[in-house]
Amino acid sequence: MKKGIFSRNFSLIVTIVLFLLLFTAGSLRYRGFFSAQVFLNLFIDNAYLIIIAVGMTFVLISGGIDISVASVVAFVGMLSAYLLRNGWNPYLVMLLMLLIGSTGGFLMGYIIHYFKIQPFIATLAGQFLYRGACFIISTSSILIDNPVYSTIANYQIKLAPRTYISISVVIALIVVIAGAITAKFSKFGRAVYAVGGNEQSANLMGLPVARIKISVYVLSGFCAALGGIVFSFYTLSGYGLQNIGLEMDAIASSVIGGTLLTGGVGSVVGSMFGVLIQGIIQTIIIFQGNLSSWWTKVAVASLLCLFIVLQRVISANRERIRRRMLNDS
Amino acid sequence: MKKITTNQIFWPLAAFIVLLVYNAFFAKNFFKISILDGHLYGNLIDILKNFAPLALLSIGMTLVIATGGVDISVGSVVAISGAIACSIIDGRLGIFDHSFVAALILALLSGIACGLWNGFLVAKVKIQPMVATLILMTAGRGIAQLITKGKIVTINSAPMMKEYYFLGAGYFLGLPFAFFIVVAVFTIVMILVKRTAFGLFLQSLGTNSKSSLLSGVKVDRIKIVVYTISGLMASIAGILISSNIKGADCNNAGLFIELDAILSVAIGGNSLSGGRFMVPASIVGALFVQCLTTTVYALGVPPEAISLLKAIVILVLCLFQSDNFRQKVFKGAGRWRKGADAA
Repeated sequence: MKKGIFSRNFSLIVTIVLFLLLFTAGSLRYRGFFSAQVFLNLFIDNAYLIIIAVGMTFVLISGGIDISVASVVAFVGMLSAYLLRNGWNPYLVMLLMLLIGSTGGFLMGYIIHYFKIQPFIATLAGQFLYRGACFIISTSSILIDNPVYSTIANYQIKLAPRTYISISVVIALIVVIAGAITAKFSKFGRAVYAVGGNEQSANLMGLPVARIKISVYVLSGFCAALGGIVFSFYTLSGYGLQNIGLEMDAIASSVIGGTLLTGGVGSVVGSMFGVLIQGIIQTIIIFQGNLSSWWTKVAVASLLCLFIVLQRVISANRERIRRRMLNDS
Repeated sequence: MKKITTNQIFWPLAAFIVLLVYNAFFAKNFFKISILDGHLYGNLIDILKNFAPLALLSIGMTLVIATGGVDISVGSVVAISGAIACSIIDGRLGIFDHSFVAALILALLSGIACGLWNGFLVAKVKIQPMVATLILMTAGRGIAQLITKGKIVTINSAPMMKEYYFLGAGYFLGLPFAFFIVVAVFTIVMILVKRTAFGLFLQSLGTNSKSSLLSGVKVDRIKIVVYTISGLMASIAGILISSNIKGADCNNAGLFIELDAILSVAIGGNSLSGGRFMVPASIVGALFVQCLTTTVYALGVPPEAISLLKAIVILVLCLFQSDNFRQKVFKGAGRWRKGADAA
C-alpha cells in the first residue's frame, strides 16, 4: 500500500525534489539567494500564474485544454482598468470580472460538449474573441489609479521582520488549497478524474459527464479571471498585448507538475510547484546576472522535456508490470 | 446538390467566395489589379503574396494532423530559420561569408532538424504530439534569440540582399515569386500523397493507428516523416517571412502562425483528430484566412480587431461543420442527416 502511494505520487515527488535542488543550488552559488524573501518572491511574482494553473489542471485532468486563459487575463485587466477609470465601484468590478470569466468558460464548455467541437478550436476562438475585445476597449494601455486597487497592490503582510507576502499570495494559496481539496476529496473532483480517464465508462457509470465537462471550463474561466484580477494588482494597468503565450506557461507548469495531457492524471499541488520551478529558474538567471533572459525559455523547455520523458518511462514501466501480472494470473 | 454540399472542400470554398462577394460590394477597388513597376499590383495579388507562408505551414500541418497529431512549434521554427538565414546573409556568422546558398541550405536544414526532433519525440519516445512540440515551441524563440544574440537582424545593406528579398517579395512573370514556391511545394506534396504508398499509409494511419501497425505499416517512420515535412515547411515559411521584411525578428516572426495554420486546416474541414484529410481544402482555408486579413485592412477596420473577426469565423464555420449543431438548430435536421449518411 505504501509503495502504491509512492508510485502514484512519483512525479509530484520528483517535482518537489527538483524544486528543492534548484533552490539549494541557487543558495550555494549566489550570495543572498538563501533568504525567506527570495522564496516568498516566487509566490508574489507568480501568484496569478499559480491561480491560472490550478484551473488549467482541472481542464487537463478532464482530458480537455483551455488556451483562452492568457487572453482572459488581458481582457480582465483591460476592462477593469476601463471601468475603474469611469468610476465604477472596485468590488463590483472584481465581481463582474469573475462573472465574465465564468460565463465565457461556460459557453466554451457548452459548445465543446454539445456541439462536439475540439477543445483546442473552441478555446482558440475564445482566445481570439477576448484578445479582439481588448482592442475594442482601447489599443493603448490604461493605468489603474483606483485607491482600493493600489492599497491591495501595495499592502504587505509581514510574516517576520523584512519578510512579507502580498494579498495576491494569500489568494493564490487559498485557490491552491481549495483546488487540491476539491480534486482529491470532492465528488466533483473524483468525477473529473473519471471523465479524463475514460469518458465512455464515466458515462456508463452514470456520472453527469456533460455537467462535469462544462464545469471544468467554468472553473478554468473563473480561475483565469481571478488570475487576471491578481495580475492587475501586480501591474496596476491594463494592456491588450499583455501575457501573450501565458497559456503555454500554465500548461507547461501543469505538465512539469505531473499532469498528463491525455487526461485522468494530475495534481493541483504539482502544478503549483511547476510554476515555482519556472519562477526559480528565472530567479537564478537574474542572480547570475550575465545570462540573457531568453535562457529562461531554453531552460524551461529542457526541463519540460526531461519531465515528459521521465513520465513516459515511468508509465511504460508501470504498463509492463501490469501486463506481467496479468500474464501470471 | 447533396453531393456538392457534403464535399469537404465545399464549405471553405463557399466561405471564401462569400468573402470575395462581400468585398466586391463593400471594399473599394478590392478587385482592381493594375501594373506597377512591371508586375501586377492590387489586393488580390497581395493575398497571393502574403498567404504563401501560411499556405506552406498548413500543408505541413494537414499531414501532421492527419496522423492524429499537431505541431505547435512551427512558429518557433519560422523564427529559427529566419534567424539563421538572415545572420548568414548579414555576415554575422563569418565563416559563411554572406553566402546566399549557405543561408538557404542551413535554414532549411534547421527546419528538417527541428522536424526530426519533433518526430523522434512523438514516434519513438511516444509523447503526446502537443506536449512534444510544446517543448520546441518554448525553446525555439530562445534558440533563435541566441543565434541573433538577442538583436533584430536587418539585412538592408548586405551584398546578397536583393536576391534574398526576391524570394519573399519579388515578382516573377508578373506574379509574386512566393506564390510559385507554394505551387511547386503543393504539387510535390500532392504527388507524394496521391501517387505513392506513403500517402495511402498516411491515410490509414490517421484513421486507425493500431490496425495500420498490425497490417505492417511502419507507423513510426511515417510519423517522423510528416513532422519533418512540417518542419521543412516552417523553415521555408521562415525564409519567406524574413525576406519579406528584410530581417529576422525573433520575438515576432511567425508569432501565432501555428494557430492560423491549425485554423486553416480546421476551416478546410479536416478533422483535428486525424483520419481523412485533404491538402487542397487546407490551402483554401489558408487563402480564406489571408483574405480575411486583407479585407480587414481594405475596409480600414483597426487591425487589432482582426482577432475578433477570426473568432467569429471559427465559431460559425465550426458550428456549421458540427452535425450536432445542425441537428439542434435547424428544424429540418432530418434532411441534413440524410445527406450526410448518403455520402
